[in-house]
Order: sequence, then structure tokens, then C-alpha cells
Amino acid sequence: MSTIEDAVRSFLGQFVSDPDVEGDHDLFSSGMVNSLFAMQLVLFVEKQYGITVANEDLDYENFKSVNAIVGFIQSKQ
Amino acid sequence: MDFDLTTEQSRAKSEFRQWVEQCVVPVADANDNREQTPPELIAEIAANGYLGALVAKEYGGRGMDALTWGLLCEEVGRGSASLLSLLTVHGMVIQSLAKWGTLAQRERWLPKLATGATVGAFGLTEPNIGSDAKNIESTAVLQADGTYLLNAEKRWISFGASADLVLVIAKVGDKATAFLVERGMPGFSIEPIRGMLGFRSANIARLLMRDVIIPAQNIVGKVGFGFSHIAGTALDHGRYCVGWGCVGLAQAALDAALSYSGERYQFEVTLNKHQLIQEMLAEMIVNVKAARMLNYHAAFLKDRGDPSLIMETSMAKYFASRVASQAANAAVQIHGANGCSSDYPVQRYFRDAKIMEIIEGSNQMQQIIIAKSGYQQHLVNKRAARRSAAEGEGR
Repeated sequence: MSTIEDAVRSFLGQFVSDPDVEGDHDLFSSGMVNSLFAMQLVLFVEKQYGITVANEDLDYENFKSVNAIVGFIQSKQ
Repeated sequence: MDFDLTTEQSRAKSEFRQWVEQCVVPVADANDNREQTPPELIAEIAANGYLGALVAKEYGGRGMDALTWGLLCEEVGRGSASLLSLLTVHGMVIQSLAKWGTLAQRERWLPKLATGATVGAFGLTEPNIGSDAKNIESTAVLQADGTYLLNAEKRWISFGASADLVLVIAKVGDKATAFLVERGMPGFSIEPIRGMLGFRSANIARLLMRDVIIPAQNIVGKVGFGFSHIAGTALDHGRYCVGWGCVGLAQAALDAALSYSGERYQFEVTLNKHQLIQEMLAEMIVNVKAARMLNYHAAFLKDRGDPSLIMETSMAKYFASRVASQAANAAVQIHGANGCSSDYPVQRYFRDAKIMEIIEGSNQMQQIIIAKSGYQQHLVNKRAARRSAAEGEGR
């Protein structure tokens, strides 16, 4: 398991009962997270990895699953 | 956490307090009676740079840190909750654009929002939709030429009657999307609302958009991100302002209660010598301090960009609005019949405090998310304890 994935799952664990979901499991469409999670995730990514999430990054494919979030972070580093 | 103010923050706090004492407190009741914040006061708050408080210096704003901004909201909330709502909604547009706007949008609007040449407002609530914001009925339909045809009715919009630029949330198909709607666009009309219980000088309006053509470059963020990210950013900012403003309102109620109870004689002693009055004063004093600490904590997290700031801000807003309501209620009670008259401002605090428990997410909505978050934290703690115990056994 990569360090980024560990950190993402650890963060996710603060909001969902089962942070060990499949890497491709859709967090939003499955209703696992509430409406506040989207901005909490943005803040987490920005603070943890020192990157800025901006207008051009607003793509559902960047945030929908653990794998997507990890891939997005890697692409911005 | 370090809650000591820096020299700049202390200086700013004194500046805010002085301005509110000189320019807001003396006119707050009159504006409340008139049900209007006059353009001159909006111009004055803009001239002080307070409308541009959150705009980065590169765009002509003051670029305040979160705590300094909170102190401004507290002081303005102490003077007039209605005027606080201008800072709130104007700031909601600024924060949304600063975070999610395109470079062109930021360059076009932020300098104007910073000077107050453009006044912003936020349009989410509708006649049929309040807390259930995901089910808004406003629609925007993509046209063949790339523009959007917007049909929307937004109600209870603070400073809607003054706004030049409204951030409106509407659905494109089933996707919530944020649009910048400009005053003067054909089909966009504004109707002031009068006779409100509180926030009477918040220039509240009903906004009607009938077949308004919106250029695609007026979308903030992307189609489908209007609620989760743009409104999410705006509402977090709104809760933060309201939380601090409630501390100010509660402080105003406390100050009024302390003053009145120290001067008014009943049974040959001042009211504050009566133990039942002391009980009310003690509750107010402690609760105001506690509410202020929650807001300081939220500011601390906000300046660090900590993800927990969203829940902590929700808690600060929830608690502070309840405290404001309780403090204003007690202040009216201590003032007796005088407190029910227009001779004293406590009746205005009482009415405004009720609004604070409803706006930027009703307190019932805050309770739902706070309780869920608390249970989730409980599970996290249990998991950590289990893991720690397992590791202990393994050693």
C-alpha cells in the first residue's frame, strides 16, 4: 500500500464506517459521504500535500474513489 | 493553540470597535425601523476596506487573515446583525470566486468587490426549498449557442435588493451549478421584502430570473459542482461569519443587560443585586466566553487550512447562535417592559438572534451533521483503541 493511499484511507476513516473499501468504489454515488465531505477532501489534499485544487481540477474523476484521489494527488506532485 | 492577538490584530480590533461605535451603533435602530441599510452606510463600510477585507491585496483588498476577519464580524455583529449579513453574503461571493473562479472571473470581479463598486449576494434559498438545498427547482438549460437559459426564483436573499452580482445556484439537468447573475441582465428583477421579524435592515429581496441568458463564462467552477464545492465554500464562509457575528450580538445583549441591571432599582436595590438576575448574567457571561472560544478555535483551524475547520465552524455557529438567542432573551427579560419597547435595542437583538438560528444552515441541520460527525469520531476512536490493543498483544 502506498503512503498516499494510507493517508487517504486514514482521512476517509474520519468520515465513513468502512475506510477499507475497494479502491475503485464510488464514494459519492454510493452515498458513503455527505455533502460536506467534498470540501473537507479539498482541504485535506491541499494541506497534506501542499497543492492547490482549483477550477480546472473540478472533475468528478479526480475525487470519486480512493484510487482517483491518490491518482489526482500524484498527478499534481 | 495561541489565542493571543498579534499587534496588527489588536490594532485592527480597536479600529473595528471604534468604527462600529461611531458609525453603526448610532444608526442601527433607525435602520431597523426604516427596514433599510442606506447606500451611504454601504459606501462607508466599503470606504473602510471592509467589503474587500477578504480579497487578496493583489486584487486591491485588505487580505485579512481568518482571525482578523472574525474580529471584524464580531464587532459588526455587535452593532447590527443586519449589517453583518452584508459582510456575510458579499464575502460568500468573494470566497467562491477567489477559490473556484477562473483567472478572468477573478480579474474582472475581485477588484470591484474589494472596493464595493460591486456588491455581491448569494442566491440558494427558494420558495419551496430551504434546508433541502440539493433539490432546488431553479433550472439552467444549455442553448445551442453555448449560453444558458436561467429560470429561477430565489427568496429571502440578504442584500439582494442592493446586489450588483448574485451567485445563483441552479440545476443544469440534475447537476447543481453556480452562475454569476449580473444586475441589469434582461429578465432579472429584484423585489425588496419588508415586514421581516429580524434582519430588517438587511435589504432582503426576492430575486426573479425569467429566461435570463447567462454566458458560459459566468459559471463559477464547473457544471455539477455548484452545490458540493461552490455553495460548500460559500456556506462554510457564511457559517464562520455568522458564528462570529453571534458572539458580537450576544456581547451586545450582555453589555445592555449589565448596564441596565446596574442602574435600575427595584425593591430599593439595583437589579444586579437580585440573585435571579445574577443567575441570568452569569449564564450570559460564561456562554459568551465559551462561544467566543469556539470561534477562536475555528479561526485557528481556518488560518491553517485544516479540514476539521468545516465541522468546527458548524459547531461554533450552532453554539454561538443559541447563545445569542439565549442572551438576547435574557436581556429583554431583565429590561422588562422597557426591553419590549423601541427605546432600547435589546428587542432588536432578540429578533435578530432568532434569524441567526435559521440562516446558513438551520440549527437543526447543524445538529444532524454534528451528531453524525460525533458518532463517526467515536468509531474512529474505537478503531484506534482496538488497533492499539492488538499491537500491544503482538508485542
